[in-house]
Amino acid sequence: MIRVTLPYHLRNLAGVKKEIEVEVEGVLTVKAVLDAVEVRYPMLKGTIREHDTKKRRAFVRFFACSEDYSTLTDDTLLPEKIARGEEPFMIIGAIAGG
Amino acid sequence: MKTVRVLVGTKKGAFILSSDASRSDWKVDGPFFAGWEIYHMKGSPADPNRIYASQSSGWFGQIIQRSDDGGKTWFQPGFKEGESGGNPEGMPVSESNKFAYNTSEKGGKPLTTHQWYDGTQHPWEFKRVWHLEPSLTDPDTVYAGVEDAAIFKTTDGGKCWTELSALRGHKSGEKWMPGAGGMAVHTIILDQANPGRIYVAISAAGVFRSDDDGQSWKPINRGLSSEYIPDPNAETGHCVHRIAMHPARPEVLFMQKHWDVLRTDNAGELWTEVSGNLPSDFGFVIDVHAQEPDTVYVIPIKSDSEHFPPEGKLRVYRSRQGGNEWEALTNGLPQSDCYVNVLRDAMAVDSLNPCGIYFGTTGGQVYASSNGGDSWNAIVQNLPPVYSVEVQVAP
Repeated sequence: MIRVTLPYHLRNLAGVKKEIEVEVEGVLTVKAVLDAVEVRYPMLKGTIREHDTKKRRAFVRFFACSEDYSTLTDDTLLPEKIARGEEPFMIIGAIAGG
Repeated sequence: MKTVRVLVGTKKGAFILSSDASRSDWKVDGPFFAGWEIYHMKGSPADPNRIYASQSSGWFGQIIQRSDDGGKTWFQPGFKEGESGGNPEGMPVSESNKFAYNTSEKGGKPLTTHQWYDGTQHPWEFKRVWHLEPSLTDPDTVYAGVEDAAIFKTTDGGKCWTELSALRGHKSGEKWMPGAGGMAVHTIILDQANPGRIYVAISAAGVFRSDDDGQSWKPINRGLSSEYIPDPNAETGHCVHRIAMHPARPEVLFMQKHWDVLRTDNAGELWTEVSGNLPSDFGFVIDVHAQEPDTVYVIPIKSDSEHFPPEGKLRVYRSRQGGNEWEALTNGLPQSDCYVNVLRDAMAVDSLNPCGIYFGTTGGQVYASSNGGDSWNAIVQNLPPVYSVEVQVAP
């Protein structure tokens, strides 16, 4: 299972605690994780990525194993530690507004 | 015993203020959706316990919330536990937060451009829902006015939204431009005497009327004059801040424009200025007394450069003659050092007699009058900046 952390407001929308787990089949990419999150928690569609284009919303960022995956293509492979569940894939709201 | 519910949308969540018909003691519930911007909440005239809310965030986009129990509990339409509509895997298929412009060949309009602040053309981009207007007869049918300007409709209680694209596709669209707050359909009025007739107001395009439930639209801005556009009397381009109608006299509408207060007596075919003796005819809100179609309320704001009341005095102005002659209502309102604003969707009237008038400020106060405006009380004082106020009377 892939561990995923969500920002506070998205946890409230999804009705979950801090960390969720999703199952990803096949190659572990950013897109694969986000697809799995949206299948398991469809109320989050449109809040992380745009509905149709699947483009990351401007003020949402992705981190894995202390690396920033926000601007990498969504077919970028995620680290083994994410695949093994040792580290979470982190979805965070950008720090903005003071 | 009737219950009066004031639905307050703020910059940081929603609040529901409730009282019995005396309107003297108020209970404050909330914040709901804490930390999110609530541009608007409105109850269904056909079922007061059905309330819709527009919840949005610059980070996470647009969410629609719905309550079926008068605001006690809320859910995203289509995602309620046990709600039908699941796909074969058992997951919901709702798209309650999806507002996609309709560009389909069947009934859609191409995604074009509108005028940007600097006069260049800019693509239409959905940002948020400003206003929700439930049907007068069906709790599951709601119209949504959005930024960038367009109108959407749901007929399944908010699970799916379809754009009525003829408005965005109007031939004048390339000349529409955003006001300071964006380019939005911010006012929607349904005419119960003429089913299928809808009025919308757009900043900064003007007022449009549909007589076929949104399938076609006609600009109705004749008589408006706006010095801030190249042709002050242009068919579109006017920054209309708010329009209001009394349901018993649907041919008459009142308008608070960027500058000027106006009225029409022929469903928008011609507007005439009725600013009269107002200390400033700039402002945002305008509303009509529930029992007296010629009694109108505005709150003058000093100017488009200084969004606060003239002389630091928060005054509601009332005309009992349908405009031109206005009296200041000050009893209970701050008359010194007051520098709040009252935004366009932040005034409402209830249906009781005597009529209750309500408005919210950017300073977080919600003021109420239970006697048509003769005296006022702050029924709550320290909310986040108030974006919208609606009121409903439940049996």
